[in-house]
Amino acid sequence: MRKEKFPIGIPGVNLREIEREVPVTEPPAWPINDKLKHVGKSVKRTDAILKVTGKAKYTADINLPGMLQGRMLRSPHPSAKILSIDTSAAEAFPGVKAVYVLRSNMSGAEPKGGEDNGYPEIKYAGQAIAGVAAKDGQTAEEALKLIKVEYQTMPFVVDMDEAREPGAPLVFEQQVEQEETGGGGGGAKGLEQQGNVRGPSTKSFFGGPRGDVEQGMAEADVIVEGIFRTQVQTHSALETHGIVADWKPDMLTVYASTQSTKGVRSEMASIFDLPESKVRVICEYMGGGFGAKYGAGNFGVTAVNLSKISGQPVKLMLDRKAEHLAVGNRPNSWQELKIGAKKDGTLTAIKQESYGTAGIGLGAGVGRVAQAVYECPNFLTEQYDVFTNAGPGAAFRAPGNPQGAFALEQLIDELAEKLGTDALELRDKIDNSVVRKEERRLAAKAINWSRRKKPGSDTGVIKRGIGVAQSTWPRLIDIDSTAEVRMYRDGTVEIRSGVMDIGTGTRTILSQIVAEELGLEPEQISVKIGDTLFPNGPASGGSKVSGSITPAARNAAYKAKQEILKQAAPKMEEKAADLELKDGMIVSKTSGKTMSFKDALKQMRTSQIMTSASREDDYGGFMVGTFISHGDLGSVQMAEVSVNTETGFVKVEKIVAAHSCGRPLNPMQIQSQVNGGVIQGISYALYEDRVMDKNTGHMLNANLDQYKIAFSMEIPDIEVINIEEYTARSSTDAFGIAEPANIATAAAVANAIYNAIGVRLYELPMTPDKVLKALNLV
Amino acid sequence: MKKEENKPAGKKGFSRRNFLRGTGLTAAGMVVGTKGFAGEFAPAAAPVYGPDEVPVTLSVNDGSYQTLARPDEVLVDTLRERLDLTGTKLVCGRGACSACTVMVDDKPVCSCLTLTMEVQDKKITTIEGVADGDELHPIQQAFIDEDASMCGFCTPGMIMSCKSLLDRNSNPSLDEVKKAVRGNLCRCGTYPHVFKATLKAAERMG
Ligand code: FES
Ligand code: FES
Repeated sequence: MRKEKFPIGIPGVNLREIEREVPVTEPPAWPINDKLKHVGKSVKRTDAILKVTGKAKYTADINLPGMLQGRMLRSPHPSAKILSIDTSAAEAFPGVKAVYVLRSNMSGAEPKGGEDNGYPEIKYAGQAIAGVAAKDGQTAEEALKLIKVEYQTMPFVVDMDEAREPGAPLVFEQQVEQEETGGGGGGAKGLEQQGNVRGPSTKSFFGGPRGDVEQGMAEADVIVEGIFRTQVQTHSALETHGIVADWKPDMLTVYASTQSTKGVRSEMASIFDLPESKVRVICEYMGGGFGAKYGAGNFGVTAVNLSKISGQPVKLMLDRKAEHLAVGNRPNSWQELKIGAKKDGTLTAIKQESYGTAGIGLGAGVGRVAQAVYECPNFLTEQYDVFTNAGPGAAFRAPGNPQGAFALEQLIDELAEKLGTDALELRDKIDNSVVRKEERRLAAKAINWSRRKKPGSDTGVIKRGIGVAQSTWPRLIDIDSTAEVRMYRDGTVEIRSGVMDIGTGTRTILSQIVAEELGLEPEQISVKIGDTLFPNGPASGGSKVSGSITPAARNAAYKAKQEILKQAAPKMEEKAADLELKDGMIVSKTSGKTMSFKDALKQMRTSQIMTSASREDDYGGFMVGTFISHGDLGSVQMAEVSVNTETGFVKVEKIVAAHSCGRPLNPMQIQSQVNGGVIQGISYALYEDRVMDKNTGHMLNANLDQYKIAFSMEIPDIEVINIEEYTARSSTDAFGIAEPANIATAAAVANAIYNAIGVRLYELPMTPDKVLKALNLV
Repeated sequence: MKKEENKPAGKKGFSRRNFLRGTGLTAAGMVVGTKGFAGEFAPAAAPVYGPDEVPVTLSVNDGSYQTLARPDEVLVDTLRERLDLTGTKLVCGRGACSACTVMVDDKPVCSCLTLTMEVQDKKITTIEGVADGDELHPIQQAFIDEDASMCGFCTPGMIMSCKSLLDRNSNPSLDEVKKAVRGNLCRCGTYPHVFKATLKAAERMG
């Protein structure tokens, strides 16, 4: 261990120095961004050139010699037993090379025990049953129609409220489990299950209940409460889920549109009983995931089986309908929230109860914003999952948290109003976060908060309003994050890791980090990622990529640097410790002697230097286990809306989004990420809604023309404020930003609508009909 | 949400959906009868294609391609599956997202709603043909400079829509840019940067 002085705090607010012990293998502390050359600068996205010319190859674009096209048969029934399946006609259909019937369902919650007749039990319309591989897609589709399935249909329930009723058709007869993921998928183990309701879950990784809420409520001078509802939202990434499977006797190669190459590898290895060394997963370019793209999936297992049977590579991409039905969504929520406070605003109790349905999956909670944003001695949450006959939910950009913020931040506003305080003043009082305080200040200035009027006091038909909402997201880390740096004799430098770039800009930040450490330009660093042949990287979820892989990358580059300096030292007649790398040169700090980096590489003992490093523990240790860093990613968003009180139409005019992600690595890419989160938030607030038909059990809008998403005409002016916040926890001190960007938007829009019309909306999406209803006009 | 221009163009234009509605899909065979095609939609003198794949010649990005296509095949499939021009993306297959936008005779169309048979004698430009060799079109450069591409899956279609606007209007307003891409879905949320990039490109093109 060695002692290092690090910058800590927020420049302009409380920047200071802190001494921490760091392992001797790790590089010296970086100063703040101002003093760095590439890190913290808006370096252009390194792979943009391939994207703007159409040359980036996504999974959907992979074309292997002899490749077959796969298609899947999906259940038309929301609940059924399969009695028999006859695939003979499909198999005999000219051009068909393989047919495969799934034995069980691979996604959602897993029932313990139960009967197994060799077919999956059908629990939602759209559930995968079988797959066909044929010479082309059309032939495969035709062959699907020839598969004869004998169903015994059963009662079903797709509506959450109905599913909660006693006597509702049971989605699962048995106790179910689904492994909990750091990002918010799955559910706690062993919770009670009654009818279709499972829970309550009362804990998060920030701990369980605190104090005594009843007592806290009794001590309160003011109580605010409400029931809030949010809808189901589908991820709708542009590239659908899918894989290309190439089964060879010595190696299974899978091209997958996934957020975790290593996750797909380990699942495939275990399902097909292969050593992990014989499974290779590749994801070079990926057309969006937002949390839904993990694991092998029914489609993946089917594709690999089809390839195994046919002996040819098989591409199996989902169609848009299946994408809506079967591979993830943000669960809905019904949430009762109650907050007690003293006259001076001090919170005395927060009580939360929620129900949500992730269809046949678990993970329909409302997150931990209510638990974590404001200090409150008495806190209790009870979050229940409700099973329905619908496709399984999946982690979706800050799982649970936009739902939770929608309720919490509206009630905090209501509290402020009841106390006769300004919404920001109250937050200044009850929110201890230094970063959010600064964000509130900057955002208020940007949106000109002082012009905010009393609720509903704007005159005219179209009323304007301004609102605020806040959020928090933990700094998640995956210590199984390794990077390898290579220097070649021809003067080139490469970084390799299994981590992916799903559109977030991983490639670019890795090139910045390595360039900074080696005194090179980012263009000189070739970034090779998205392949399990490289060392494991983190999954692209939980906003943990930057915090996990960039310290590993810097540390690996530092090691490579030590090695090349050691080799160059005798040639320069210097001590390695006196040498540094700067602007493509090796420079002696004592004598000023130089040697070009390229020359040094030319004279290496071996043709390449290879070093690797993994994400070590945080300096000073983690806050929780080995996966949560200290502090949080605090955010404040403000919205300005106009509401037409005759049509009920809401238009978001402006969003100011103030965010922290530790040390910002690339402001331009951060801006892109935040824009994306905000736009998805607006879309969630006002438009998106999965509509299920109670009578047939089918989704009515499983396409992109009826499932309404925000397009260009709905995009407001978005101003991104990015706070530099140093915490001295790793060699880069950087964290992610994807999820925080998405949490507060809907709540901020809701508060702005209230400010405009003076009536509160308790249900998402806030469509014109709901606005008119709130205004008592329909 | 869909752009006016994105409707299949031309006098003979018909959409795949109309076409399929007209002919119907038989229960067992995907083979589409030629009778319905010729009888219901095509002008009397139009050639009769199919039912199986037939040779077609397409002029794409200044190259001439000989390939096969089924009578009911849409252009996006021919480009992607037969010509390996995978820059053009298939996302919704029903004209709701514009990811598949290509130019046919310099007009943007959804290639998922355009029959390959219909564009044999037309000039097709895909994202692969927007740059002039190694020299990027100003809109492509602007997309790089303004970080207007994230995952990049919508980018080819987005660029085609923006380029088409710039072809028609060398000095667009922000509102005109928004309208030009109003049919293009970007789930990553690149819109603000797409707007900026297009205005920048217009500026640069003078
Ligand atoms: S794929 Fe053609 S419009 Fe969506
Ligand atoms: S960049 Fe990902 S969908 Fe537009």
